Amino acid sequence: MRKLKEGIIEKLILICGLASIFFVVLIFLFLLKEGLSVFKTVNPFNFLSGKNWYPISEPPQLGILPLILGSFLVTIGASIISIPIGVACAIYIAEIAPGNIKEVLKSGIELLAAIPSVVLGFIGMVTLVPWVKAVFHLPTGLTALSGAIMLAFMAMPTIVSIAEDALYSIPKSYKEGAFALGATHWQTIWRVMLPAASSGILAAIMLGIGRVIGETMAVMMITGNAAVIPHTILQPVRTLTATIAAEMGEAVVGSEHYFALFAIGIVLFIISFAINVGADLFLHRKKT
Amino acid sequence: MFKKLIFSLGLVMFFGIAFAADKNSIQVKGSDTMVNLGQAWAEKYMEENPVDFIAVTGGGSGTGLSSLISASCDIAMSSRNIKDKEIALAKQKGINPNEIKVALDGLAVVVNPKNAVSKLTLDQLKGIFTGKIVNWKEVGGTDSKITILSREVNSGTHVYFKEHVLRRNDSNSKEEFAASSLMLSSSQAIADEVAGNSSAIGYYGMGYISPKQKAILVAKDDKSEYEAPTEANVLNGKYPISRPLFLYTNGEPQGLVKKFVDFTLSKQGQEIVSKTDFVALNK
Repeated sequence: MRKLKEGIIEKLILICGLASIFFVVLIFLFLLKEGLSVFKTVNPFNFLSGKNWYPISEPPQLGILPLILGSFLVTIGASIISIPIGVACAIYIAEIAPGNIKEVLKSGIELLAAIPSVVLGFIGMVTLVPWVKAVFHLPTGLTALSGAIMLAFMAMPTIVSIAEDALYSIPKSYKEGAFALGATHWQTIWRVMLPAASSGILAAIMLGIGRVIGETMAVMMITGNAAVIPHTILQPVRTLTATIAAEMGEAVVGSEHYFALFAIGIVLFIISFAINVGADLFLHRKKT
Repeated sequence: MFKKLIFSLGLVMFFGIAFAADKNSIQVKGSDTMVNLGQAWAEKYMEENPVDFIAVTGGGSGTGLSSLISASCDIAMSSRNIKDKEIALAKQKGINPNEIKVALDGLAVVVNPKNAVSKLTLDQLKGIFTGKIVNWKEVGGTDSKITILSREVNSGTHVYFKEHVLRRNDSNSKEEFAASSLMLSSSQAIADEVAGNSSAIGYYGMGYISPKQKAILVAKDDKSEYEAPTEANVLNGKYPISRPLFLYTNGEPQGLVKKFVDFTLSKQGQEIVSKTDFVALNK
């Protein structure tokens, strides 16, 4: 009887485990099925390198280069801001902060992760956007920079908590060895701890970037959504995710526009898949 | 006992709904611009006639008209006239589209109150929104770059503005919004950005105008008078960026369809039109 019960539970858990993979595969197949149809009318090269995104014109112009560049610009901007701050924060929490400050900081950062992105977007819209406009004397504050700053806040919790774990899991003997050789605390962190945790920190950065590139609501609210190839970070941009979110409502099911949005979904899926695999490779390198 | 009660209650409700759907329900479908209006009408109408059921859904004017042609809805809402192509298709299927004008909609072009420019012609608007005019000084303002604000492409207002102002109802025209225009997801977002940005220009339904924005006076060409987007000017046709809103039925409306159409044209129905920020027909 007990064995039977154990067996049933094991099978149930197995089904749950398989289900999650099964759903990912189904989602990907559905994306492919819907998205690839667009290539009957546009060839993939023109789709990826076209400079005009006018999906509802006759005939539609479906070029997503401005959208890809928009996504990358916002992501790179957010990385430049969030990586140094995030890693420094992780070092402080893992190595320097005394017990109670450490607890406060850790829960504070977890709280940051709990803020819904639409709320961050809204706060950005009323505080950050006018500020960016005033500081840089721009015609509008709805720019890639505003998006990058806001997204940096969103990437930070991921980067800090995973990088902190990586630093924490370094064997104590490394640190003790460095101290025994007469290294100062900073020398130990910079020369010993950081290299030892580098693969974990890289994985943290990758996952943070993955979070940024998939973010939709906040960027849609504060980047201006102009489908133009950006020349500076102080220009409005339109990201891949915001395009899907903004246009899915109206796209007639089965139209080229609809298929094109799914094709954008495939592009996004491939980008974030590559980032996640990259992060995974770094994490595994650490274990061997 | 309790379960049985719930079951029989469910059964009664099921048949009740099925019965209602069978006898007293109509489908209204079409323009996203008009969805709120249609829903407001339906709610009020159903409040007064609880036995009838009216389902209102959006999808766009084209979607509504094609459902009418394929007989999958009873009334199509449309913010544009039916095309000849669609009439021909309808005739083929034995449907006879009947047009009923139910309301008017005026689109206001707005700028920040600090902006020196207060009137523009349709040609100047076209130049600004297609990106050919990039600086306010070209249209009599101060020397500053123009920030174009537009609705997203999923908006009927976007489509209407493009076809009516950028393309002048010329179906061969290839004019587009400038790629650098900011696409905002709601009329309110445009109102907020215009309120805080002295170089911005945007457009939306008249209902959103407030003292924080300045509505531009618009002229058809440089010989015509500049007119303000007011209800009176939309009604007498002087304001150039306004459009009628239609309901389309199959043939002369009958039965419940007629009752509902009559309701929309009644005094009460037209009050709802004004409340949802459209312009009521002068009755």
